[in-house]
Amino acid sequence: MKKIVKYILLDILRNKIILAYTAILFVVTFSVFSLEDNSQKGMLTLLNLVLFIVPLVSIIFSTIYIYNSSEFIELLVSQPLRRKSIWLSLFIGISGALSLAFIIGAGVPLLIYNHSVTAFMMVANGILISVIFAAIAMVAAVSTRDKAKGIGWAILLWLYFSLVFDGLILFLLFQFSDYPLEKIMIFVSALNPIDLGRILILLKMDVSALMGYTGAVFKEFYGTQLGLIISFSVMLLWVIIPLLYSLRIFNRKDL
Amino acid sequence: MKKIFWIVTLLLFQATFVFAKLIQVGIKQSIKTITAAVKLSETGDTILVGFNTYHENNLIINKSIVILGLDYPILDGERKFENVSITADNVVFSGFKVINSGISSMTDFAGIKICNRRCVTITNNILTDCFFGIYSQQSTNCIIKDNRLVAHQLQEQQSGNGIHCWKSDSLQIIGNNVSGHRDGIYFEFVTNSLIWKNISTKNMRYGLHFMFSNSDTYTNNVFENNGAGVAVMFSNHVKMYHNYFRENWGDASYGILLKEISDSYIDGNTFERNTSGIFMEGASRIEMYKNTFKGNGWGLKIQASCMDIKLMNNNFTGNTFDVGTNGSLSLNLFDHNYWDKYDGYDLNKNGIGDIPYRPVSMYSMIVEKYPPAMMLFRSLITTLLDKSEKVMPSLTPENLKDNHPLMKPLKL
Amino acid sequence: MIEANNLNKSFGKLKALNNVSITTGAGQSIALIGPNGCGKTTFIKSILGMVVPDSGTIKIKNQNIKANWAYRSLIGYMPQIGRYPDNMKIGQVIDMLTDIRQNTIAIDEDLINAFSLKKLYNKRMGTLSGGTMQKVSASIAFLFKPEILILDEPTAGLDPISSEALKEKIQAEKQNGKLFLITSHILSELDELSTHIVYMQDGTIMLYKTMEELKSTTGENRLSRAIAHLMAKTAQ
Repeated sequence: MKKIVKYILLDILRNKIILAYTAILFVVTFSVFSLEDNSQKGMLTLLNLVLFIVPLVSIIFSTIYIYNSSEFIELLVSQPLRRKSIWLSLFIGISGALSLAFIIGAGVPLLIYNHSVTAFMMVANGILISVIFAAIAMVAAVSTRDKAKGIGWAILLWLYFSLVFDGLILFLLFQFSDYPLEKIMIFVSALNPIDLGRILILLKMDVSALMGYTGAVFKEFYGTQLGLIISFSVMLLWVIIPLLYSLRIFNRKDL
Repeated sequence: MKKIFWIVTLLLFQATFVFAKLIQVGIKQSIKTITAAVKLSETGDTILVGFNTYHENNLIINKSIVILGLDYPILDGERKFENVSITADNVVFSGFKVINSGISSMTDFAGIKICNRRCVTITNNILTDCFFGIYSQQSTNCIIKDNRLVAHQLQEQQSGNGIHCWKSDSLQIIGNNVSGHRDGIYFEFVTNSLIWKNISTKNMRYGLHFMFSNSDTYTNNVFENNGAGVAVMFSNHVKMYHNYFRENWGDASYGILLKEISDSYIDGNTFERNTSGIFMEGASRIEMYKNTFKGNGWGLKIQASCMDIKLMNNNFTGNTFDVGTNGSLSLNLFDHNYWDKYDGYDLNKNGIGDIPYRPVSMYSMIVEKYPPAMMLFRSLITTLLDKSEKVMPSLTPENLKDNHPLMKPLKL
Repeated sequence: MIEANNLNKSFGKLKALNNVSITTGAGQSIALIGPNGCGKTTFIKSILGMVVPDSGTIKIKNQNIKANWAYRSLIGYMPQIGRYPDNMKIGQVIDMLTDIRQNTIAIDEDLINAFSLKKLYNKRMGTLSGGTMQKVSASIAFLFKPEILILDEPTAGLDPISSEALKEKIQAEKQNGKLFLITSHILSELDELSTHIVYMQDGTIMLYKTMEELKSTTGENRLSRAIAHLMAKTAQ
């Protein structure tokens, strides 16, 4: 398995889109910190980057890459290899390359300018979100044979996690405004890795003071060591569950 | 005629020379304690205190005299006593270092207390680790000037207020520097007074706590990094000019918390990096001109219980939310302000935007109504909601808008 | 060597394999022919484990291939269209496969030499022409001296010289007792390469005969004629 990962990484790391993605992240992060006079503002800009751009690039790039590799996957399947190891290698290669792109593009300049807990939190979440959306892309790509349809699904999934889900939350809040929903929202936030990541980062920033009582409830939970462990475990579940689900489909799939 | 004048003048001079004497206290002097000196003194005398550490227990000044410290002699209250109690009119107390007053939950021990007196002047003292700092109780026409008050207690109940004024009138609080107390400056039932050029920082609760105090003016003060900012409540005819409210950042922190205030003026103040620059509740007839709201979470939170607030010629820059409110009705006037979030245009180049600006964003309305929606803070959907609301206002108060937003910030 | 029993596979309504049973042995070279969509590719993919049949079993060297993967070390496969990661070099692809196989036997570089691929080792896959890509695929199929070779349209896209080189290689390996499964639309080339003919239509094997049998029953001397004869018969 290690060998396949090695060669896939070798391939992706030369991929023009990945190189451009890294370069853009790098330029944006650097300019954000050198243009903004206070680093808090820079962090907020970067937060948007981590929450919108990273998942979008991750899911679409991964989906396209898997579709473009379909013949290569066939070749690998014809070799004496377990399907499981082929699929996992593919995932490790893609998510590893995306994480590396994020670390070099955004993580390094960020940590140069700001080595607070917030910055580390931001980098950790950026990596996790890259990996999670690569895993979700695996599901999108394995579910349908048609490339256009698969990419369509990937975009819809991104839209769901970054917009529709939050809309549903608002709807729920309007419907059940008579009940104390703060505690339930802690649970609900775990159902969307983007929300979870955003809350984890915001709670480490000054602006969390604006979040009032809700922020306090969240802080009480996520601020503790246990809460942090739980939230990162949930993030890991967001990697593992889509990955295993896609593996299940891939194992039975006719190529 | 001329002769008579000269004789009278001479007689008067003689009178002062005859009756006012100078008493010196110190290690090298025959009088070693201030208490003894006060006992010896008579109205109009001056006591000059040399440098030493004095354990006077509770020093009571019950005569109209002047007491001056040289090189800040130390008055130690040994954490048991009230250091100085002034119980006479026309006392001047100046130049001392007052430390370690008693702490009690029963009595309000203070470093320097004025009880029920007039025309007392307390200047140029240093108060360190006193329970209450300077305490004015039912006093009139007193001056508290250029004192430095520092406390280091960690718990609110272990600490009193820096400058505490209760039921007083015509006070002048000028140029003091207060930090580490419960409230920096505390006003309750104080009227016709002036708070000028004070600096109040890092106090546990409020930098300035102001209640039931009418017709007061505070101007050119700095309130920075206090636990909850500044609270001005249940008062009227208050004038607040050119103060700085900075860095009051925390879950329940405000630049100013205004509650039940009427007929007041807030002009030329700067609100910078506060959770809420101003939180206004039940306020009416307040005129706000030429203030700067910069980098706050909320520039101005104005509850629906406020009316007749006039907000003109203010600068709003870099606030997360410019204005927040909780109702759909607004009886206040916003006009000719500069808003950095304004994205309208100015066709006739008169410096005034051609379309109104709505400073209340939809998301801030939603959060007011449904606080848990705060979990969506900084998410894509809230940005989109705000954008769509700008195009088709539905939730934000119809008349809460600035019809003449300025295109360029005012030079304030 | 390959033993298929009652294979069935449908894609939706389309029945791609309908009760396919076949037994083949070493030294055979089987030409798999039939019209488009007759199930040839599905059959090949079933053997390779890319398609999982709905029912039936496939045994290779007497071991059931279901949920098995190690057996594929016996097979060399040349796909119809080979595509490789764009940014990998030819050399890297061959290295990778060598890594995967962990072959202890020396690899068979005959085709690599015949196609003179070594001087292209540093070329990236994304820059290769279709023909070169086919050369790579063909070389890879033979690389590990497998006992079974499955070639899907092997000469499509190859220039005549390379095509000839490949055919020679097939002939040579046939002599070594390897089992070949070849599909092609160029019947003349199958004529020279095959010992057996499998004709599939609508997912079933219509005919499985040696070349001699076919030619004698149809009375035709050339495969194309024999097949035409056959098709005419089934059409009736």
